Amino acid sequence: MIRSLAKHINGFKKDSILTPVFMLLEVAMEMVIPLLMASIIDDGVEAGNIHHIYTIGIWMVLAACVSLIAGVLGGKFGARASTGFARNLRKAMYENIQTFSFSNIDKFSTAGLVTRLTTDVTNMQNAYQMILRMCTRAPASLICAMAMSFFINARLACVYLIAVIVLGCCLFLIMSRTTKYFQQVFHRYDDLNASIQENINGIRVVKAYVREDYENKKFTKASGNVYKMFVKAESILTLNAPLMQFTVYSCILLISWFGAKMIVNSTFTTGELMSMLTYCMNILMSLMMLSFVFVMITMSYASAQRISEVLNEKSDIVNPENPVMKVSDGSIVFDHVDFAYKKNSEEPVLKDINLAIRPGETIGIIGGTGSAKSSLVNLISRLYDVTAGSVSVGGVDVRKYDIETLRNEVAVVLQKNVLFSGTILDNLRWGDKNATEEECIRACQLACADEFIQKFPKKYETYIEQGGTNVSGGQKQRLCIARALLKKPKILILDDSTSAVDTATDAKIRRAFAEEIPGTTKLIIAQRISSVQHADRIIVMDDGKINGIGTHDELLETNGIYRDVYESQTSGGDFDENGGER
Amino acid sequence: MPGPRMRGPRPKVKNPGKLLIRILAYVMKHYKFSCIIVAVCILVSVLANVQGTMFMQTLIDDYILPMLRSADAPDFGPLLSAILRVAGFYAIGVLSTFTYNRIMVNVTQGTLRYLRNDMFTHMESLPIRYFDTHVHGDIMSAYTNDIDTLRQMISQSMPQMLSSVITIISVLVSMIILNIPLTIITLMMVGIMVIVTKKLGGLSSRYFMAQQQDLGALDGFIEEMMEGQKVVKVFCHEEESMDEFNARNDQLFESSDNANKFANILMPANAQIGNISYVICAIVGGILAINGVFGFTLGGLASFLSFNRGFTMPINQVSQQFNAIIMALAGADRIFKLLDEKPEVDDGYVTLVNVEKHDDGTLTETDKRTGHWAWKHHHKATGTTDYIELQGNVEFNDVDFGYNPDKIVLHNIKMFATPGQKIAFVGSTGAGKTTITNLINRFYDIQDGKIRYDSININKIKKADLRRSLGIVLQDTQLFTATVMDNIRYGRLDATDEEVIAAAKLANADSFIRHLPEGYQTVITGNGANLSQGQRQLLSIARAAVADPPVLILDEATSSIDTRTERLVQDGMDKLMAGRTTFVIAHRLSTIKNSDCIMVLENGRIIERGSHDQLIAEKGRYYQLYTGNPAAEKQEA
Repeated sequence: MIRSLAKHINGFKKDSILTPVFMLLEVAMEMVIPLLMASIIDDGVEAGNIHHIYTIGIWMVLAACVSLIAGVLGGKFGARASTGFARNLRKAMYENIQTFSFSNIDKFSTAGLVTRLTTDVTNMQNAYQMILRMCTRAPASLICAMAMSFFINARLACVYLIAVIVLGCCLFLIMSRTTKYFQQVFHRYDDLNASIQENINGIRVVKAYVREDYENKKFTKASGNVYKMFVKAESILTLNAPLMQFTVYSCILLISWFGAKMIVNSTFTTGELMSMLTYCMNILMSLMMLSFVFVMITMSYASAQRISEVLNEKSDIVNPENPVMKVSDGSIVFDHVDFAYKKNSEEPVLKDINLAIRPGETIGIIGGTGSAKSSLVNLISRLYDVTAGSVSVGGVDVRKYDIETLRNEVAVVLQKNVLFSGTILDNLRWGDKNATEEECIRACQLACADEFIQKFPKKYETYIEQGGTNVSGGQKQRLCIARALLKKPKILILDDSTSAVDTATDAKIRRAFAEEIPGTTKLIIAQRISSVQHADRIIVMDDGKINGIGTHDELLETNGIYRDVYESQTSGGDFDENGGER
Repeated sequence: MPGPRMRGPRPKVKNPGKLLIRILAYVMKHYKFSCIIVAVCILVSVLANVQGTMFMQTLIDDYILPMLRSADAPDFGPLLSAILRVAGFYAIGVLSTFTYNRIMVNVTQGTLRYLRNDMFTHMESLPIRYFDTHVHGDIMSAYTNDIDTLRQMISQSMPQMLSSVITIISVLVSMIILNIPLTIITLMMVGIMVIVTKKLGGLSSRYFMAQQQDLGALDGFIEEMMEGQKVVKVFCHEEESMDEFNARNDQLFESSDNANKFANILMPANAQIGNISYVICAIVGGILAINGVFGFTLGGLASFLSFNRGFTMPINQVSQQFNAIIMALAGADRIFKLLDEKPEVDDGYVTLVNVEKHDDGTLTETDKRTGHWAWKHHHKATGTTDYIELQGNVEFNDVDFGYNPDKIVLHNIKMFATPGQKIAFVGSTGAGKTTITNLINRFYDIQDGKIRYDSININKIKKADLRRSLGIVLQDTQLFTATVMDNIRYGRLDATDEEVIAAAKLANADSFIRHLPEGYQTVITGNGANLSQGQRQLLSIARAAVADPPVLILDEATSSIDTRTERLVQDGMDKLMAGRTTFVIAHRLSTIKNSDCIMVLENGRIIERGSHDQLIAEKGRYYQLYTGNPAAEKQEA
């Protein structure tokens, strides 16, 4: 995992190496300063040598300046290395996501991908900066200060050695226990917030059933639990500060006592005593720092893992060698097709589908939820690969085509469709980037979108908000159809794409299709019988199998499911006053 | 954990002082005693630290140097006792540090707990209007982000500020006692440090602002593109999407590089100014000590240099905490805004009570659940109390309503529903169907006219009792994280398991529930993400059934569910409606056909009313809607 992430330091290697180098230089200078300090006290002040004070003073100022420059450069390179690393990670992930097939996307979910590209990368950026700067600084400072202490007085330095070991063990115990606790606490905390969210969304139910008091009681209990767990976790953490103080104070007192004895016995000097005490702070603060860095890095480990999952994911649909670059016509053949969303899953979604569709035919597809209507059509433009059997378009197995060629000829209007922020024209030109405005308007007329676009004050320059929130469901669907039409595909697939469009407009769109693009093979999935009634053939899907196939009249005669749906919609079912419209 | 947010630009807050006082008052309300102990402990802890540093001088001047100078065998007795004395103070210091840290955990978490409870309880009391006019994500972020920043502030910033301020004062006093000229030098260096911090901080915060903006832009882009990734695939738009992403990504890299650079420079810069201040004091102090000016001693110098170190640290801390506090104040502002929202007002005094019905038609109040209910109407003027049997008469008399008083959406609504009748509303989206039902249960109050329930003006009925007498099945089913059993029991909390199961059977939900992994004990999560829409609807019907109210409001789901489940839903609804006054917002013919009266709404007015057959014969708007006749097309969009 580390290796797959480390690759992306590329381009910022120089910064990544220079950062610790300058950090080390800064630490070295900081170590020299107390040493020079001792010299000022012992050889300058005590000896009454003002000249010596000046000379050493100048050296000290120089050391401080070098340290300053090193610190600034270290900070600069560190910033560049870590933000560059974050940029590369984001880019690599995004690049890889572009190659993902539908099943890869399903595996991660949209929200999952967004978190990985945003929060997780930010965590990595902070962790990397921490590693480059603090992970060199803290141990270096610890080791140097320790070495200096031994250099000044090995016997006294043993006090620090013992202190470091004791404090280190204690910190390790505290931190490892709290990390575990905090993970539990945050889990509970998330649950609490989830229940608040539930209450906000369901406030009408709460109020309608007068359950405010009930919810309050439930919440108070849950928040009380979260409180108890937080207190438990944090009270261990509160040992940190007094423990640190205790160690520092003990060291100061021990050094003072033994130091004083040694000074009196002339094996130690006052200046050295003061340097020793300075190193005391250096050593213990670095240790503290190290323990925090340790916790932060453990916490970012989960992010690193999530990111490398995306980076290492291989698309399961790739271009074949020597791909076919031309789709000859809009015929479709399903030959003994089995399909399952997960390999090795017990129950396939589609079972032994055999079907032949002629170019220019209009096919309606109808069936209950979960009858695998969408799964069926998604195989045609190779959004998923079949598990067994084959799907051919224009007489060639879809797996032999260049993917882009295939998808340009097979336009799918997805069930869960989206528009992007930008003008209507921008959105339409997803279908064909070189389309003229006339072509766009033509496509919109076919999809019955032109009529409402013309009513917008800015017409085709109207800005669509992110997620298409400023158009209604029905308008969105019609824009999506127009966008697909601009591809001028040989096969057009509408996956429940007119559900929010009123019956009359729906009929108009179908009429336009029949008259204006007769050569295009059209597959229409719908819930409403009226949407498919006039198709050349209608496929009735049930539980992953083709239950019946034929014209409206034939199916009414022969197919039980179809008749059932038809009757429920005409005699007491569909008084659809068209939800999304308006 | 100091996230990147902490170093971001400071948000603007009005009246920071008032807010701070309000937060403090809130903390004090529950933890006055604890807060006092914490303050005392911080003081003790700081003073213990300062006396330890002062001891350096005593150690060198009073013990080491005299012993060095005296010819006799050194007597370590006095030194030992001095060290033990200091150790004693230190011990007290460590103890205080522990005490205040430990108490602060309770204070912080406890305050947050009270605050969460207050926020939640208050939120539950707010009118529906509040939830309609506020983005749910924003309400949520008060509970998450804003509470988190407040935790930072209470647990870290406030005690650290206090201890820093005490440290600064005591160190300053000690330094002045030790040596005035050196103190002036130190203060000057601190001045330089403050100026540098301000300069760098200003630059850094400008870049941080840019970074935040670029980050927002990139995050927004990522969200949008990930949402539409499947569309990108279908349109082979990968390269374009990549190009746009790269441009934004590189821009973020630029600005965050700059922002981090300046933030990173701040620390070494301040550290080295601190070092230089230390060096200057060492040199000047050394000269002073050699010449013995003002009686300055070597020990004094040693102590002073320690103080010099100890002075810059708390100053840096204060400037760091300052940002965090401003951040928390902005969060607190939003939290208090929620708490200051006006709760739903309820002037109703008519209550719903259980009654015993006698043969002569009189009613007596009882505590038992008798299955008979009555409105208890107390007349203030005469001092008498009436009991009116709960029947389910609902009457609208010239009702006008608008979500904004200046924009009326319902005009002159008149209707009368007698017990057991079924009234259907049809009309295009936005015609005002849902609005009417929101008025019956007083989610909203009407502007003009009267609504009467069993001949009582609903404004006189206590809201809780009014709503208890109404059952609602909403268009979008909301389920809670709990077992199926508990979700149904939501309708009536004291229902037994048998009653719940009976209600589920009535709603046709029983058979699918039994097929769930744990039957009625299956836990529903994420608003029933693992159930189909139809199944969720069945549960919500069962919930209304267990409540067994005389009046029912049904908002049918528009979106299509598969035919088989839809039949079950329809059948469940029919059974539920039997014998109750029902208002239904209908989308399906079967619901409408057997209604006693159909109201066709358009633009907030009832334009047609009558039975199905009458309306079809009229060949008006209803006829158009029903037949999907192209003549209706001009009405569309």
